[in-house]
Amino acid sequence: MQEKDRLIIEQIPRLRRYARALTGNANAAEDLVQDCLERSWNKFHLWQRGSNMRAWMFTIMHNIHVNQVRKAISRPTVVSLAEWTDDRGVKPVQEKRVEVRNVGAALELLPEEQRAVVLLIGLEELSYLEVAKVLDIPIGTVMSRLSRGRERLRQMLSDVGVEPKETVTET
Amino acid sequence: MTQTPITDIDLHAYVDGQVDATRRAEIEAYLAANQAAAATVREYRRLNRRLHEEFDDVLNEPVPHAMIRVSRRQPFDVIRRIAAVLVLVVVGGAGGWVLNDLSAAQGDPVGAAFPERAGIVHAIYSAERRHAVEVASDERPHLVAWLTNRLGTDVKLPDLTEAGFQLVGGRLLPGESKPAAHFLYEDVEGRRVTLYMRHGDTGGRDTRFSFADENGVGVYYWINGQTGYALAASLEREDLLKVAKIVYHQLGG
Repeated sequence: MQEKDRLIIEQIPRLRRYARALTGNANAAEDLVQDCLERSWNKFHLWQRGSNMRAWMFTIMHNIHVNQVRKAISRPTVVSLAEWTDDRGVKPVQEKRVEVRNVGAALELLPEEQRAVVLLIGLEELSYLEVAKVLDIPIGTVMSRLSRGRERLRQMLSDVGVEPKETVTET
Repeated sequence: MTQTPITDIDLHAYVDGQVDATRRAEIEAYLAANQAAAATVREYRRLNRRLHEEFDDVLNEPVPHAMIRVSRRQPFDVIRRIAAVLVLVVVGGAGGWVLNDLSAAQGDPVGAAFPERAGIVHAIYSAERRHAVEVASDERPHLVAWLTNRLGTDVKLPDLTEAGFQLVGGRLLPGESKPAAHFLYEDVEGRRVTLYMRHGDTGGRDTRFSFADENGVGVYYWINGQTGYALAASLEREDLLKVAKIVYHQLGG
């Protein structure tokens, strides 16, 4: 095992966790991690020694994921962007409070870019600055996406939240 | 005295630990006087907790072999490959075939040598503080019975108290042809050692008590007939040796 291998391998469990949460699908997540690892191994020489390896690999994963989502959207047989956005929660939440008991299901209803921010900060515990670099967006955008994403999640889950024992009702 | 007003963004930053001490004090004073904001903060915190509850189990899942690739180490290896490519190109343009061959040669993790495999296991599973084991030490009898059953041999857990290490827990891992056992120990300073054990697919070659340096992870290992043990950690070599000797004496060489 070379140092390069060790540095990459150490990140696998967290990459898998993030990918699972981001895609909401075990198979898609494993493919995403696999692609990310391949690219990390091939581009390792571009990693700046001393910088944050985890953030670097999350950046790679994010880029792959964005391309995949873009491809899925541009495929003509798939629903239009407007429908897609509606499907992913804007409308249902506004028209009728969707009962979502499970964080995973609620996440799926978030717009893609808000989900990434909420997860990188809330689950992966990256700093706001690191998230701005990973997603290649200004830090102000990180904060507004976080704020909107969390607020929306909170609304979706709050119906359940008032019940004292909501975990018991989950199976 | 003037102070920047507290906004929703501040509440998020507070929850995520992204504010400095001065601002934190200001926000806390604000929360003490503002129940609605305090409730919002609690809900954001709860949301983060729920994300962990939902997804942290993924950290425990054994990593598929296909995800682990190790570079072949020797420059000699590269030269040999280049030579092989040259020969083939000269012989007759079998480019596609050569590429296939190269990518296969780059990383079959199953073929990783025993100490290298132990180093990989240590690198993957000891980095995560929260979820490093599948079965925790408070279920020790269950852990031993389960792994004994799955490995098909008596699994014994060494007692490393005298070196200052306590069992954190263990897990079953996919080996090459048979499953392998992984145990994690930790000392009061949070230093961790990995005990990796295989039975039946060690190749059957006896190996004396040996050391391998896996780039930042030291590995002491020995193979006795069908059973191989390896102790891996990022410790000073003498410290690791001390622990490895205890394991060696307790489990038998």
